[in-house]
Amino acid sequence: MLKYSKETLKRFSEPKFAGEMKNPDSVGEEGNMKCGDVMRIYIKVKDDIITDIKFLTYGCVAAIASTDALCETVKGKTLDEAEKLTWKDVVEGLGEVPSIKVHCSVMGIDALKDAIKKYREGIKPVINDEEECCEEMKNIGKIDQ
Amino acid sequence: MRFKLIYMDNGATTKIDENVLKSMMPYFTEKYANPSSSHSFGQDAKDAVDKARGRIAKAIGADEHEIFFTSGGTESNNWALKGLAFAAMNAGKIDASGKKIKSGEHKNHIITTKIEHKSILNVCEWLKENAGFETTYLDVDKDGFVNPEDIKKAITKKTLLVSIIHGNNEVGTIQDIETIGNICKNAGVLFHTDVCQSFTKTLVDVQKQNIDLLTLNAHKVHGPKGIGALFIRKGVEVMDWQQGGNHEKGMRSGTENVHGIVGFGEAVKIAMKDVNKNVKHMILLRDKLIKVIMDNVENVKLNGYYKEGNSDKRLCNNVNFSFLAIEGESLGGYLDQKFVCSSTGSACNARNLEPSYVLKAMELTDEEANGSLRLTLSKFNTEEEIDYVAKTIPKIVEKLRHISPIGKVVNYFKKK
Repeated sequence: MLKYSKETLKRFSEPKFAGEMKNPDSVGEEGNMKCGDVMRIYIKVKDDIITDIKFLTYGCVAAIASTDALCETVKGKTLDEAEKLTWKDVVEGLGEVPSIKVHCSVMGIDALKDAIKKYREGIKPVINDEEECCEEMKNIGKIDQ
Repeated sequence: MRFKLIYMDNGATTKIDENVLKSMMPYFTEKYANPSSSHSFGQDAKDAVDKARGRIAKAIGADEHEIFFTSGGTESNNWALKGLAFAAMNAGKIDASGKKIKSGEHKNHIITTKIEHKSILNVCEWLKENAGFETTYLDVDKDGFVNPEDIKKAITKKTLLVSIIHGNNEVGTIQDIETIGNICKNAGVLFHTDVCQSFTKTLVDVQKQNIDLLTLNAHKVHGPKGIGALFIRKGVEVMDWQQGGNHEKGMRSGTENVHGIVGFGEAVKIAMKDVNKNVKHMILLRDKLIKVIMDNVENVKLNGYYKEGNSDKRLCNNVNFSFLAIEGESLGGYLDQKFVCSSTGSACNARNLEPSYVLKAMELTDEEANGSLRLTLSKFNTEEEIDYVAKTIPKIVEKLRHISPIGKVVNYFKKK
């Protein structure tokens, strides 16, 4: 594993915004399977303000940590404000991100922009709810021995 | 509170055995002489180097004059391939069958596989660019085995060398080097193998297996880093590697890494003494880990050949899973937070952001390669550690699948 900052590892270990959203107003996606990264962002929007945000990722440590940080930054912001966010705004609190991992941390922003674009174009998501979601384990990063 | 580290990355490197370290210590501050010095102090150091050489030679069925110390596996592989290539290019030299070769008509073809270590693959590329050598990279099957018949078919009049890794570092597949060695011998082609991963874990015998050159190192067998060896069969023409004060019979100049060599020798002595016990122990742990994970996790695949109890076709210390729908670096990251050291073939973990070429050569999908996790054991691992890891992995896999978009479908429609 690459050398990650303490802040990144803390985010990675206990992401607050990871998980599926059942009734989102929009969903955006970015990435592909080959490079090992797929990012999906769910948003709830009221009066042009992002009132809730969640993400799912098939991605690495940097993808999980930076997208979780992005979600925290974005929650409560207007769509216009969220759209203007840059990669630098997101990773600010994460310490240094290894250079080859920059693209992993940009994916969250691209997925968010995709979600905002779809929202504005009136493209609505429908979540396939057939599968029961497994139990969330928020404490995986803690020692349970 | 920091928990005890569980080290399951022994394919990367191993812990130095305490007794190996003990054997090395006098050579730093007490017996620090140069083996080339003529005084008796220097001769003590030379004796220590020779003793280690003898032990290593014995372990692989070689003569001590056929063992040349290097800085490790990468150097040995470089030397083996380039050393043979340049010897072949030298007009007037004789080839393996004793024939004189004219300038420009030398053998310039190498046969290897798609699952070799980078220190073979990149040397083949280097030889292509700098010396006009051609290389055939043979396919492997889904378990990672090369078909010896394919080697036979690939050999031409121009073939100088076949180089095949013995135990694969990623998936633990052990090639049938005895059959391959025989094919090479019958075809008059030289055979090189890299046994860094397999040495002391399964049989390595340069006579029985008809090996002409063989790469070894110390740090995979509980010895120190920075020391390795190349076995060169007597009579095989290899270019001298480093020029200088004519150390290593003029083949590789440079003052000997005496403490490293002593440690290497001691590591081999200890390993060979307990080889059966250690292999049995690692098989037990490997099989338990595989069974518990395969029984308790859905959508998981074991990569490489596997049969319970077997250590002739799969390294006794190698476990390699693919967990679908999750990414390996994250899995390793959570294991790291539980103080478990592992590795992955995921693209996300690689400098070039490509999934492992070994797993791709075995025709794993991108998803399978990116979700791969390698756990490599040693004699120091315990059953307790296996139980802990086998209990922890399913929890992490569940967490990562919970946050994975794969299998969670979103349909879109345009609002009217």
